[in-house]
Amino acid sequence: MQSRVVEIWVGIFMVAGIAALFFLSMKVSNLNKFAVDEGYRVTATFENVGGLKVRAPVSVAGVRVGRVEAIDYDMTSYHAVVTLNIDRKYDKFPDDTSASIFTSGLLGEQYVSLEPGGSDQVLKEGSRITIVQDAVIMEQVIGQFLFNKAAE
Amino acid sequence: MLDRVQRLGRVGIAMLERVGRGHVFLGNTLLGTVSVMARLRLLLQQIYAVGVLSLLIIVVSGLFVGMVLGLQGYNTLVDFGAEESLGVMVALSLVRELGPVVTALLFAGRAGSALTAEIGLMKATEQLSGMEMMAVDPIRRIIAPRFWAGVISMPVLAAIFSAVGVLGGFFVGVGLLGVDDGAFWSQMQARVDLTDDILNGVIKSLVFGVVVTWIAVFEGYDAVPTSEGVSRATTRTVVHSALAVLGLDFILTALMFGDE
Repeated sequence: MQSRVVEIWVGIFMVAGIAALFFLSMKVSNLNKFAVDEGYRVTATFENVGGLKVRAPVSVAGVRVGRVEAIDYDMTSYHAVVTLNIDRKYDKFPDDTSASIFTSGLLGEQYVSLEPGGSDQVLKEGSRITIVQDAVIMEQVIGQFLFNKAAE
Repeated sequence: MLDRVQRLGRVGIAMLERVGRGHVFLGNTLLGTVSVMARLRLLLQQIYAVGVLSLLIIVVSGLFVGMVLGLQGYNTLVDFGAEESLGVMVALSLVRELGPVVTALLFAGRAGSALTAEIGLMKATEQLSGMEMMAVDPIRRIIAPRFWAGVISMPVLAAIFSAVGVLGGFFVGVGLLGVDDGAFWSQMQARVDLTDDILNGVIKSLVFGVVVTWIAVFEGYDAVPTSEGVSRATTRTVVHSALAVLGLDFILTALMFGDE
């Protein structure tokens, strides 16, 4: 009898531990967004990516459609090459889609925003986005503003 | 002068010997794993003593740590209008740091000290020698099940601590302070990574489990077999476990999250 109680309690203990791990992975972490890794990759070259980070969201019209997979620097063209991983669900973007780097909120993180164009061809694995808008660097904006003010 | 140098040397050699004994002991314990597999009932009983009986203190501490995190985090974040990030803050601090570390400290105090005292008293009352006389290997029969019970229980307890802590933070943040329910969870899910954060937290708690239980059973097995010796060994278990956990935590954190 005694050992039966012990075994039941150990059983409850184990179930509680597995339930806690399950809760942490499903409810607390991003497990349910892992499917996005099964997407297709397109690249975009920017002159300046600002503070963009790997794993930053890629969104269209505010809807998250993928994430930034890699950020590299191309030594031949002297541009930053950003690889975007886009969910396979969203596979009908025209190939003249433009990519911009925006900041969410004043202090928020930077993300890549796509703006669909009007072409008949669609973006595929390995396509390159050619119409891009760089990240806004605050120092440059302020510098330009002061420069213009001084010119007046 | 030379006497002092000699005394220092003697202390050094004694320390080194103890470290060596500890490692040989760990090796023997791991060799005894096979017999634990053969007698799972012993392991179950120890999981009950080490894990299930620690459950109450872990749940209560987790709940209160989570609630305090929610309260303090809210006070700081609300100044920046970023109180929606409360979920991220509570979850990340619990899963990465507080869950494994506080659980390991409580575990050392609740279960580690009990293990040391139990084994030390067995040694002082010559039960261990008695077993050896009957050709029963005390490392296989007594130490190995306790060691594995600690190693298994620690990650389970840490996961429960973190989960209960997140719920505590949720009750205070959303329930009492009025943070938006959806933003609390969605920001948390956007920023907490399964492998980077949760898996690393589990690895941390596993490492702490091995270290704390190892120290506890070794101190008991190596105790001077008198009542004073057992009391000293118990104290050493708690102190050394706490120091080892905090030191290892820094190293593990630097390895896991240092290159961000």
